[in-house]
Amino acid sequence: MSIAFPTPDEAVLSRRNEILAGLGRLVAPEALIVTEDERRAFETDGLTAYRHMPLAVVLPSSTQEVSAILRFCRENGVKVVPRGAGTSLSGGAIPQADAIVLGVAKMNRVLDVDFENRVAHVQAGITNLAISQAVAHEGFFYAPDPSSQLACTIAGNIAMNSGGAHCLKYGVTTNNLLGVTMVLLDGTVVELGGAHLDSAGYDLLGLVCGSEGQLGIVTEASVRILRAAEGARPALLGFERVEDAGACVAAIIAAGIIPVALEYMDRPAIQICDAFAHAGYPLDVDAMLIVEVEGSDQEIDDMLRRIVAIAEPFRPKTVKVSQSEAESAAIWKGRKSAFGATGRVADYICMDGTIPTGQLPKVLRRIDEIAKSYGLGVANVFHAGDGNLHPLVMFDSSKPGEMEKAEAAGEDILKLCVEVGGCLTGEHGVGIEKRDLMPYQFNAVDLEQQMRVRGVFDPGWLLNPAKVFPLEGRFAA
Amino acid sequence: MNTLIPRDEQDAASIVADAAARRMPLNLCGNGTKAAMGRPNQIEASLTSAALTGITLYEPAEMVISARSGTPLAEVVETLAEKGQQLPFEPMDYRLLLGSRGEPTIGAVAAMNLSGPRRIMEGAARDSLIGVRFVNGRGEVIKSGGRVMKNVTGLDLVKLMAGSWGTLGFLTEVTFKVLPKPERMSTLLIRGLDDESAVAALSAALGSPFDVTAAAHLPAPDRQGARTLIRLEGFSVSVDYRLGELRRLLKRFGGADILEGRGAEAVWQALRDASIFQDRGERAVWRISTAPTKGPTLVARVAETIEAQWFYDWGGGLVWLATPAEGDLGAAAIRAATSALGGHATLVRAPDADRSRLDVFEPQAEAVMALSRGIKASLDPAGILNPGRMYAGI
Ligand SMILES: Cc1cc2nc3c(=O)[nH]c(=O)nc-3n(C[C@H](O)[C@H](O)[C@@H](O)COP(=O)(O)OP(=O)(O)OC[C@H]3O[C@@H](n4cnc5c(N)ncnc54)[C@H](O)[C@@H]3O)c2cc1C
Ligand SMILES: Cc1cc2nc3c(=O)[nH]c(=O)nc-3n(C[C@H](O)[C@H](O)[C@H](O)COP(=O)(O)OP(=O)(O)OC[C@H]3O[C@@H](n4cnc5c(N)ncnc54)[C@H](O)[C@@H]3O)c2cc1C
Repeated sequence: MSIAFPTPDEAVLSRRNEILAGLGRLVAPEALIVTEDERRAFETDGLTAYRHMPLAVVLPSSTQEVSAILRFCRENGVKVVPRGAGTSLSGGAIPQADAIVLGVAKMNRVLDVDFENRVAHVQAGITNLAISQAVAHEGFFYAPDPSSQLACTIAGNIAMNSGGAHCLKYGVTTNNLLGVTMVLLDGTVVELGGAHLDSAGYDLLGLVCGSEGQLGIVTEASVRILRAAEGARPALLGFERVEDAGACVAAIIAAGIIPVALEYMDRPAIQICDAFAHAGYPLDVDAMLIVEVEGSDQEIDDMLRRIVAIAEPFRPKTVKVSQSEAESAAIWKGRKSAFGATGRVADYICMDGTIPTGQLPKVLRRIDEIAKSYGLGVANVFHAGDGNLHPLVMFDSSKPGEMEKAEAAGEDILKLCVEVGGCLTGEHGVGIEKRDLMPYQFNAVDLEQQMRVRGVFDPGWLLNPAKVFPLEGRFAA
Repeated sequence: MNTLIPRDEQDAASIVADAAARRMPLNLCGNGTKAAMGRPNQIEASLTSAALTGITLYEPAEMVISARSGTPLAEVVETLAEKGQQLPFEPMDYRLLLGSRGEPTIGAVAAMNLSGPRRIMEGAARDSLIGVRFVNGRGEVIKSGGRVMKNVTGLDLVKLMAGSWGTLGFLTEVTFKVLPKPERMSTLLIRGLDDESAVAALSAALGSPFDVTAAAHLPAPDRQGARTLIRLEGFSVSVDYRLGELRRLLKRFGGADILEGRGAEAVWQALRDASIFQDRGERAVWRISTAPTKGPTLVARVAETIEAQWFYDWGGGLVWLATPAEGDLGAAAIRAATSALGGHATLVRAPDADRSRLDVFEPQAEAVMALSRGIKASLDPAGILNPGRMYAGI
């Protein structure tokens, strides 16, 4: 366990009963979770290696309740960890002993859908997929599609500015968010943005998006909904050399084509995923691309024909253009099962850094060397159009010290991303996981400026306080 | 006015640090143009990015370009065009509307969060702006974001800088995500619609799966002169197909012509730059953002009270309105309409005196203003950067 948590505040711990009683006056009994058994479900998130039992868990059902809880916490100096579905892979929703968890999962209704203006107004605890399901009958969808979309909430997506396989064309959360209702720590309710594009004054909505639960609790959101394309179909391209796959990605973009998805898998990922999903992937190549385009059948045929022609000079060993729904499903099943399939062959940690795509061959070579130097394996599956890497560093948790080695290898990989001009996290957030690496990407002055802006919203640093900024070097709050 | 022209970022930092120490307000600008928008401020010294020029990074295959803030927008646009690429947000050029001259800079494009008709599809400058370097009001050099599209490392100060009108920092370098220029552009033109049916037609087009990249309506006193425009872009085969489908979809609104080539380009440029109001120099110009279907109602309410001319961009979500330059220029009527229907209005063109006494930007809720003041103080504690340009005290 290499990531430090601040020492819990004894004064708060000793006032636990009083704090619970105070919260009990603000919400219905079933909305307040106090027993150790029930709290255990909230002691970690998707970063399960770290666990901390919270003081209590509150699951309010309205903006007014959230406001009352926050005001109470501020007056009583109680820290608050916001939580959606707890699928964060960077430990963003992991509690601490002297904090309550404030979960918005009960606030999960669609409040209004306006198809003509292409806006859905929802409560923040709704799952990402449920938004798309609520508008599907009119042929609409909500574009950002993290692989966790069945479980993760729009609140978590906003806090992490989440992305997905389709964000090359449709952008990430910040590009699809029109407005939020947010409660500040003193209980004030603010409306940022609204049902129209752009807003007056500073772009506070843009600042809140990706702020990892440090500025306020989001209780409602207005999101853009889009009419789904008539159809979509992928092609699969296998290459003998990593360099050829990288050059092919560049050539596709240079030709003026922005596919709706452009996914890359390396040899270990291809083997692992195919063994699990029987997707018919080529097992004799070093790199594979899945390129998906959208439109009518005729447009798709035209576009895939262009892509195959563009790939030609890079001597692809495999070219498979999907001809049917079933073939498309098989191609995607392999890719989408990457996390699960890898989990069957090894324990792993999933890293999330971004690099300039031109550095791809070099970075993949270095990642391989880094993993080998720790005696570990690594599989790479990622969004090639935007350089967002997800190396899965594999280890065996039954062997002592292996998990620490995997963490160290992961750290080296993220530093490498920064070194080549990229960043520490593309979509999973900093959380606690990458908190101590922040000085690799930002100098002290950059970090202080960010912290000063954070301080405007939460001067007492009570909201998700142990996250994002290194504990060392924080200015006194 | 005393003009300060830093040679480089370090130079800019020491100028600002020095001004902060002396509490000397600075008017931030690109090519030294005088305020013709925003709240006018009487500041003795100007800090200009005029000498901070040059494209510092351009990787077409990575769809990214970085330039020092004083680089002429035209240079960025030309460099991109050589590789068949463009700034996706189609930045508006205010020169015709404001009757000003000079070279717009890329830094001001970011500082003003400019956008044009492709806003509906690709967002405003803020959606493409992925990295900035700037000098804050303490004279410190800050970087936020970077050169990769996906980046959620730390707080997104890039968004905060976009549209802050030089009140939070002096931008020294900006990095944008870019897109390929489409092979073909084609526009569907329907004549003779009233505002309501035009916006209904535009909403239907924008709610279709056919990737409309711009939509506008230009009303006319005689309904026959009214024009409703829908733009499609992409590979030729695909544009043909989508034109056909859209024509079918919009049949109930009347027959549609197809515009291509220079004529069509000129129309979209005129809409982008609101140059339709150019020769009405004596009139005030407002830019109003609202939910698209509310546009006609909003306009009707305003027009009940004051004489006005208008057109709709983005399928009605953006209304450009010209009013007589007398009294309150229609401010009361417009603000009443935006607060009743949702949305916000910016006074884009008006004499200095009017922009001093009226709110140029939509007044905000007190809690939001308090946050804005806090943010201003966190970046510019001495309050020396373009003070009062957006709101009093900010
Ligand atoms: C006030 C104003 C006056 C204009 N006058 C002219 C004109 O005379 N000639 C002309 O060609 N076009 C003018 N325009 C329109 C112009 O076409 C575009 O709006 C824009 O690209 C202007 O570029 P600029 O370099 O002239 O910016 P400026 O007009 O100098 O600045 C516009 C805004 O951006 C801010 N800004 C500029 N550079 C920076 C920076 N490096 N860091 C932080 N903030 C910055 C300024 O503080 C100001 O709020 C004007 C626009 C405005 C808003
Ligand atoms: C199998 C798997 C696949 C994944 N795939 C992707 C992917 O493709 N793309 C991607 O981007 N991510 C992915 N993730 C990561 C994760 O799903 C996202 O970060 C998601 O947005 C988290 O949502 P959540 O509701 O679970 O939030 P939580 O994990 O509960 O919280 C995440 C952060 O949001 C804050 N927060 C929660 N609610 C609020 C609120 N109401 N107000 C303010 N802050 C709040 C929390 O404090 C925390 O910092 C994946 C995770 C898993 C387990």
